[in-house]
Amino acid sequence: MNGVEIPAEPFRFSMLIYDTRYRSLTIQVFAVLAFMLAAAWLVNNTVQNLAALGKDFDFGFLGERAGYDIGQTLIPYTNDSTHARAALIGILNTLLIAITGCIAATIVGVFAGIMRLSPNWLVAKLASIYVEVFRNVPLLLWIIGIMAVVTELTPAPSAFRGDDPAASMLFGDSVAITNRGVYMPWPVFGDGWQIVVATFIASLAAIWAFGRWARARQEATGEILPTFWIKLGLFILPTLLVEFLAGSPITFSFPVLERFNFEGGGFVDKAFLALWLALSLYTGAFIAEIVRAGILAISRGQSEAAAALGLRPKRIMNLVILPQALRVIIPPLISQYLNLTKNSSLAIAVGYMDVRATLGGITMNQTGRELECMLLLMGFYLIVSLTISSVMNWYNASVSLKER
Amino acid sequence: MSDASYIRTAMVPEQPAPNSAIGPVRWARDNLFSGWFNTLLTLVAAYVVWTLLQHIWPWFSHSVWEAESLQDCRRIIIERHGEGATGACFAVINERWKQFLFGFYPPELYWRPVLAFVLMLTALVPILFSAAPRRMLWLSVAFPGLAYWLLWGGSIFVPVVVYAGFVVGWLILQTVAARFSTLLGMIAAVFGALIWWLYVAGPVAGMLDFATLRPVPSQRFGGFMLSLVIGVTGISFSLPIGILLALGRNSDMFFVKTICVGFIEFIRGVPLITLLLVASFLLNIFLPPGTDFDIILRVIIMVTLFASAYMAEVVRGGLAALPSGQYEAANALGLDYWKSMRLIIMPQALKISIPGIVNTFIGLFKDTTLVAIIGLLDPIGLTTAVRADSNWNGIIWEIYGFIALIFFLFCYGMSQYSQYLERKLATDHR
Repeated sequence: MNGVEIPAEPFRFSMLIYDTRYRSLTIQVFAVLAFMLAAAWLVNNTVQNLAALGKDFDFGFLGERAGYDIGQTLIPYTNDSTHARAALIGILNTLLIAITGCIAATIVGVFAGIMRLSPNWLVAKLASIYVEVFRNVPLLLWIIGIMAVVTELTPAPSAFRGDDPAASMLFGDSVAITNRGVYMPWPVFGDGWQIVVATFIASLAAIWAFGRWARARQEATGEILPTFWIKLGLFILPTLLVEFLAGSPITFSFPVLERFNFEGGGFVDKAFLALWLALSLYTGAFIAEIVRAGILAISRGQSEAAAALGLRPKRIMNLVILPQALRVIIPPLISQYLNLTKNSSLAIAVGYMDVRATLGGITMNQTGRELECMLLLMGFYLIVSLTISSVMNWYNASVSLKER
Repeated sequence: MSDASYIRTAMVPEQPAPNSAIGPVRWARDNLFSGWFNTLLTLVAAYVVWTLLQHIWPWFSHSVWEAESLQDCRRIIIERHGEGATGACFAVINERWKQFLFGFYPPELYWRPVLAFVLMLTALVPILFSAAPRRMLWLSVAFPGLAYWLLWGGSIFVPVVVYAGFVVGWLILQTVAARFSTLLGMIAAVFGALIWWLYVAGPVAGMLDFATLRPVPSQRFGGFMLSLVIGVTGISFSLPIGILLALGRNSDMFFVKTICVGFIEFIRGVPLITLLLVASFLLNIFLPPGTDFDIILRVIIMVTLFASAYMAEVVRGGLAALPSGQYEAANALGLDYWKSMRLIIMPQALKISIPGIVNTFIGLFKDTTLVAIIGLLDPIGLTTAVRADSNWNGIIWEIYGFIALIFFLFCYGMSQYSQYLERKLATDHR
C-alpha cells in the first residue's frame, strides 16, 4: 500500500462550528439568512409605507404627458412629449456632457501634467498651482463660480448692436460669446451631403489601411515614410475635393444679430458651457496628476537604455516611454472618466437638464413617483459605470504583465 | 642661484565664480531661459501671470472690510480710490463669518462646537502621529460620544448607553468565546449588542436624565460645522465598515463575497447626489412605518455608506499589495483568521493604504457640499441666504472666494499630510 488509509470521520453536528471545512458553510448560511431577513424587512416596510401613503408601484407614469420644457434637446421634444421622452432627453444630455467633458479634461490634463514636469520653473509652478487649486476646492463651488463668470463677465446680445458696439464677434463675425451662451457657425446639410460624408468615412478607412501598409513596408524594407503628412492629406483633401465637385452640399449657417437675439447658426447654452468648463477643468487637474505619476513611474534607466540603443528622443517617447506609461496611466484615467460622468449629475446647480434634472427632478416632483424614478435613475448610472468599468477590466487584462 | 623659478611657489588666490554661473542669474538661465523654446514659454507664462495680477490686484487692494451693505461698500471704494474704481467688499465676510462657521447655532452656545473641534484635533493626534502617547487613544475612542453630547446637547447618558452596547457585546464575546468558540461568540455578541441598543438602551437613558446640556435641534446646524460633522462622522464610521467589506470581498466564501461585491459596486456606480436624494425622499419609506428621524442623521447614514464602499476599495488595494508570503506565514504560525488579520495583515495593509484613506477623506469632505442641493445649510447653501439679503444682493466673488479658501486650506493641509506619510512610510529604495 502506498499510504495509510484514513478512516472517514463520521459527521458530527459540532463540526459545523469547529471544523474549518464546514465552518465556512455555516457562516455563509448565516450571512445569506441575515441578508434575506434584512431585504425582507426593507421590502415589507416599503410595502406598508406605500400602502399607507396610498401609492402603488407602477411605471405607467412614463407614458403620460410631461408638460415641461427643456432648454437643450438633442432630439425633437415638446412639452406634449411623454415623461419617458423627457428622461431620454436627459440621458442624451448627460452622455453629451460626459463625452465632451472627458475629451476636454484629457486634453487639459495631459497638457497640465506635462507642464508640471517641465524644466521651466515658471511653467511648472503655474501648472502645479492650477492642479492644487482645482483639486482642493469642491466641484460644486467651481460649477457655481464658473457659471457666475459666464453670466457676469460676458456681454448681453444687445451689446453687439450699433455702429460702435461694446462687444464684437470673434473669428471674422462668426462666433459670438454672450451671457446667454455661445453662438457659432453650424453645418447645414443640403442635397447630396451623403456623398461628402461617405468620402470622409472612406478616407478614414484609407488612413487606417495606409498605416498598416506603411508599417508592414517598414518592417520588410526598413524604409520610413512621412506617414503623418500623408495621413493628414488623406484626412482633409478628398473630402474637400468632393465637397467642391458636388457643388457644396454642406454649407455653414452663421449667426446674425436680429431684433432681439442672434438667429441662425448653432447655439450652445451657457449652462452647458459652464458645466462643461467646470467638469473638464476639475477632472483635468486629477488627470494631470495621473499623467505626471505615469511618466515618473518609468524609471530613468528605460530612457537611458533606449538612448544607448541609438533611438532619437521622439522614438524613445513613442516606442519605450509611452507604451509603459500608458499601462500605468489608463486605469486611473478611466476611473476619472467615470467620476466625471457621475459628477455631471451636479448639473442641477446651473439648471442644465441632464437625466438627474429631468427624470430625478421635475418628473419625480410632478408625478410623486420617488421610488420608481430613483430606481430608474440609479439603474442608468449603474449601467454606465458598469460598462465603463468592464471596458477597464478588459483593458487591464490585455496589458497586464504576465508574471509567475 | 636667484629666486627665479619656472614653477609657481604660491597658490593663486581663489577667484569668485563668474556672475553668470552663480546666484539668481545662473538659476534664471537654467530654469527660465535655457534655449529658445523655454524662453518663449517663460515669456508667455509671465504674460499670463501679469494679466491675471492686473485684474485681481486692484480688486484686492481696494477691498473694504467695514461697511453696512454692498451699496455702502461701493460708495466707500469710490470715495477712496476715485470714480470708476472697483474693489472687493469683504465687509460681508466680516459681518457673516460666524454664520458661515456655525450656521444658525445659538450664538451663546458657540463654545460647544468650538470645544468639540478642539477635542477633535486632540483626538486626532494619537491617530496621525505615532510619537504621541498611546494612552491618548482612549480620548479618540471617547470623542464621538463627547462630540455628539456637545453638539446636540441632551443627557450625557445617551452616548454612554450607546458605548455600553459595545461593552456588552465585548463581555458576551469573552464569555462565549472562552466556553465555546470564537464564531459562536461573535454571533452572540452581535445579537447581544443589538438587543441592548434596541430594547434596553432607550429606557436606561430615559432613567438617567441628568448632566444635560441645552438641546440644539439639527435644523440649526450649518456652515463649515455641518460639513465637518458630516465629513468626520462619515469617515470615522466608514473605516471599520470599509475594512469589513474589503475582507468580505477578499473572502473565499461565495455568498459573503457576492454580497460585498454587490454592495461596493452598487454604491460606487451611482453618484452621491442620488444617494442624498434617497436620504431626503426615500429613506423613511424603507424604514418601519412612523420612523422619522432628522435629515442630518439620514444624510450621515448615506454618506457613511458611500464612503465605506470607497474605503473598502482603498483597503483592498492595501491587502492586494501585501506579498502572499505574509498570509502564508500567518497561517503557518497557526493563527486563526481574525488573529492573523488583526496581528499580521491589517497593520501592514492599513499602513500601505493611509494615503488612500486620507485622499478618500479629502474627497468626502469636498462632497459634503452636495448637501446644499437637498436644502441643507452648508456653506454653499448659506450663500443663497446671504445673496437674498437685500443688503448684500449682488455679491458673488467675495463669499465664494472665502468658502473656496477655507476648503482649500483644509484639503491642501490634508494632502500635504498624506504626502508626508507617504514619504515616511516609504520603505523601498529606488
